[in-house]
Amino acid sequence: MYELVVGINIGIFILLALSLNVITGYAGQPSMGHAAFFGIGAYIAAVMTSKMDLSFWLALPVAGIVAGIVGVLLGLISLRVRDDFLAVTTIGVNFVAVAIFHYTPYLGSSYGLAVNKPTLFGSELGNSGFFILVSVLIVLVCFLCMKIQSSWLGLALSGIRNNEEAAASLGIDVNKFKVVAFTIGTTIAGCTGAIYAHYMGFIYSTDFAFVTSISILSMIVIGGMGTIRGAVVGAILLGLMPEVFRFISDYRMLLYGGLLVLMMRFQPQGLLGENSYLWRKIALCFTKTDACMGQGKDGRMTDHGK
Amino acid sequence: MIVQQLLNGVVIGGVYALTAMGAAMVYGILRILDLASAGAYAIGAYAGLFLYMATDNIVIAFIGAILLTGFFGTAVQKLLYIPMLNRPPIVPLIASIGLFIFIQDLLRLVAGPRIREFTVQLPFEGVKTEGLAVHPTWILIIVLAAVFLVFLWYVLTRTRIGLAWRATAQDLEIAKAMGVNINKVVALNFFLGYSFAAAAGIMVGMLYNSVFPTMGDVPAYKMLALIVLGGLGSPVGTVVAALLIGLVETLVAGYIGFFLPRDAIAFVALIIILLVKPEGLMSKKA
Repeated sequence: MYELVVGINIGIFILLALSLNVITGYAGQPSMGHAAFFGIGAYIAAVMTSKMDLSFWLALPVAGIVAGIVGVLLGLISLRVRDDFLAVTTIGVNFVAVAIFHYTPYLGSSYGLAVNKPTLFGSELGNSGFFILVSVLIVLVCFLCMKIQSSWLGLALSGIRNNEEAAASLGIDVNKFKVVAFTIGTTIAGCTGAIYAHYMGFIYSTDFAFVTSISILSMIVIGGMGTIRGAVVGAILLGLMPEVFRFISDYRMLLYGGLLVLMMRFQPQGLLGENSYLWRKIALCFTKTDACMGQGKDGRMTDHGK
Repeated sequence: MIVQQLLNGVVIGGVYALTAMGAAMVYGILRILDLASAGAYAIGAYAGLFLYMATDNIVIAFIGAILLTGFFGTAVQKLLYIPMLNRPPIVPLIASIGLFIFIQDLLRLVAGPRIREFTVQLPFEGVKTEGLAVHPTWILIIVLAAVFLVFLWYVLTRTRIGLAWRATAQDLEIAKAMGVNINKVVALNFFLGYSFAAAAGIMVGMLYNSVFPTMGDVPAYKMLALIVLGGLGSPVGTVVAALLIGLVETLVAGYIGFFLPRDAIAFVALIIILLVKPEGLMSKKA
């Protein structure tokens, strides 16, 4: 059972990392308050099922939609503030969201909020049920991300990420695509929040604090920003760290901080990002075994990378 | 009552100004949001506390802690930030967050997780009349903050190194081409910035009579908010923003009785101001 619990936790992190990856990785908008949307989803779903006695299967999409609507607002804000200003504004959004969770009596204030376990076909959804649910969602989100990457939307977003003015001058509606990216990312985060709340059975305002936002951001940065594999691998690595390093639990945060510093200093593309050392090696393996197919594409990519 | 609240706000604002000044200088020159200088704030408080316990002299402890933290700052910029200059801005930001976590946890392991008292007997008395109570630490904070800020203003506007700093802040590459010794300017910048943060840490430790490993948490986020609000690394803007946020927080918490805590009030104010003036309070474009 222990493995299943760890698996669900990591699965939730993977969903969060993938959703932030749409905003920060694809569209290049530094959002440092992603946990706020995770929290909005969690609280909306918790209130719907535990206070209004509605079904979890209704609360799940509604939580996503509400988080997405707030995400549209943040997207509209992001049109006015840029780069560092946006990063700090999103930190502010995170703080305000947590303060609202923490000081609203209806949401349980500082006592936290107990959440009913959801049922499926009359029986309570257990850990294995949650594991399947999370896995299905991960597959769906990965599929969606692949669709985004290969579509006009993905091209437009990477244009915005690389050079906003240039993208605008090519006729890309920068404003529209930024808001779309925020909407997609925050909707996924909201759904994940709904799952988290019902899986944990209890939520507390500090679960969604700035520290959580930083962990999510660290996951996509360590894994490799802007890639699906990076987000997934980063979430698995950082999600496993507390388990693996349990025997030196006193030094865990020290290691975590040190790891972030060293990664940024020596491998800022992340472990598996474009042009990262490890990914170049992996890509090279593929070119060797699959010479006629891979050489042109991957070979050129590795030649030009710094 | 209103005088008391205003004074309260100015004291808090003065501490914010000192804390944010270091980060504002770093941002002004390297365009890096440096959360680690909130780590310097905690380091300064601990160094001050330990030096005070060892020497029993607050002046030595104060100066010693400031110098120590300042040298730490120069080491950080040399080893960490200078090699990152050409990376996208999110890279040094994450690195500074990592360094901040590292510092906080190192302090926890070295000095223990509990809150330590920092009681200092000041040689002068405070003011205590009906309706107005001024703690002696407040006087010290206001005077020291003013001295530090005037010193900084003098260095930046009236000296050669200040000229070099302003040139570098405007355009690092061109300043380099004009023969400004960038390394020296940046090193001094970090030295001053981190020692300012250390001074603020010691003062807050004395003000609330407590020093603890995570004391840099709230200043860290607020500091980011302040330098962004102040406009792109403008020192004057940061001081104005610090005083403004200090006053708004105190007055809103004291009079309107808003249901959110004061830290959230600061961020609500920040978001509103940024939406009205997206480039910050004192930017050149505005």
